Amino acid sequence: MTRTVSLLVDGRLLDVPEGVTVAAALLGAGEDAFRDSVAGSPRGPLCGMGICFECRVTIDGAPGRRACLEPVADGMRVTTRD
Amino acid sequence: MTDGIRVLAADLAVVGAGPAGLAAACRAAEAGRRVVVLDEAPHLGGQIWRHRDRAALPAVARAWLDRFGRSGALALPGTSVIDAGAGWVSGVRRDELVRVEARRLLIATGARELFLPFPGWTLPNVFGVGGAQALLKSGLSVAGKRVVVAGAGPLVLPVAASLARAGAHLVLVADRTPASRVARFAAGLAGRPRDLWQGLSYRAAFAGVPYRWGTRVVRAAGEGRVAEVTLASRGRTWTESVDILATAAGLVPNTELAQLLGCDVRGGGGGGGGGGGGGAVAVDGTQRTSRDEVWCAGEPAGVGGVELARIEGVIAGLDAAGRPVPPALSRARAAGRRHARRLEEAFRVDDPDVPPADTLVCRCEDVPAGALRPEWSFRQAKLYTRVGMGACQGRVCGAALRALYGWTPDSVRPPLVPASVAALASTLESSDATA
Repeated sequence: MTRTVSLLVDGRLLDVPEGVTVAAALLGAGEDAFRDSVAGSPRGPLCGMGICFECRVTIDGAPGRRACLEPVADGMRVTTRD
Repeated sequence: MTDGIRVLAADLAVVGAGPAGLAAACRAAEAGRRVVVLDEAPHLGGQIWRHRDRAALPAVARAWLDRFGRSGALALPGTSVIDAGAGWVSGVRRDELVRVEARRLLIATGARELFLPFPGWTLPNVFGVGGAQALLKSGLSVAGKRVVVAGAGPLVLPVAASLARAGAHLVLVADRTPASRVARFAAGLAGRPRDLWQGLSYRAAFAGVPYRWGTRVVRAAGEGRVAEVTLASRGRTWTESVDILATAAGLVPNTELAQLLGCDVRGGGGGGGGGGGGGAVAVDGTQRTSRDEVWCAGEPAGVGGVELARIEGVIAGLDAAGRPVPPALSRARAAGRRHARRLEEAFRVDDPDVPPADTLVCRCEDVPAGALRPEWSFRQAKLYTRVGMGACQGRVCGAALRALYGWTPDSVRPPLVPASVAALASTLESSDATA
């Protein structure tokens, strides 16, 4: 049995398997718009490997984190479309 | 302020913990050298050996990761390299600055995907082909999702197979490469039975799903996320409904660090198709670049896949440790390079579709294709439109613009990735300290 951790995503509590990335966790919860582009269109992960910067979210108050490079942690606070 | 500056001394700094970087680090550390490996990802292994559960990795990957663990080399995962010069490399991990002072440096930064813009490519749930694989390996659930894979080259098969094994409902697997070119390439595979066998086993994972050559994505559409994709093949177009579209046009070497260090790059940096090997770091027989004390191994020296990357990594590690390179390794490298050239020729992108005027080319700054004029240089386009000036620093649009208009990317400046002001300030402080 995989252990789970709890994230707070835009104020919503999310239980996800330990060891996944924030990007995978958000997509798994149906949160596919991670940020809004400069012209206001929704964006989510493209490259999955830290190149494209489309999956930027705010993690524990720090803006601009690439969700595809960040493993989830218990109690982590994630804000999308910041 | 930053959490601080961590300064490490080593004989060899390795940037990139994929197969090339790990192999090099093992060999150099086993020869008694102090080795530090920096990688942006939270885990070692690069993209191909990315994992959450080590047990799920192929035996060869587990063997190298175990060997690395015993080698005495120090790993700094989760560290983005932002700057480098003769004898040092610096990176950020969150807001901590890391500076590795090492006389010798190995660039093993891997490859990224070539994304050719089409209408709707910015919609959520449009991923790269390798992108879908990376997300899957990092925990994305695709069970029951309708997926179209539309790529180019050898990555398509294994990614389609992984998606199928993870329970995705594969609707179609497509490759933009014309069937005639693939047939010529496949005929040359007779001397590589292992590749053929592996290809067949991947295909078996999604037997019954159509696999179409010469097929391109025309557009994607959906409200807030991708819902359908229109494809074209031999004059026919049709639309499939999807939850996920995995699409890219191949791989391009990550050469930014090499460019920053002033290494010669064949045909200018940034990759981006067009054939002819443009965009790869020039290396000699022992993976030395044009700069003293700087080596390069794996994809940045020319996309060639995991086996060649490992061979090049071993060669670079031995040479950087002052050890002789066995002739058998050099022969294996030559054979791998020949195969890589055949792959590049077969799956080259030589006629990309110029996107409609309102299709975004630069996703960071939302610059549409219609704002760009083919007769410009990349530098002019940056000044006039801000194309390539956003967070990804042109890593996505640069390769596309090279493929579309033949533009070679502009020079590379630090920081290589956006870093916090605090971290940058401490870079300046540390530069002053060593000036």
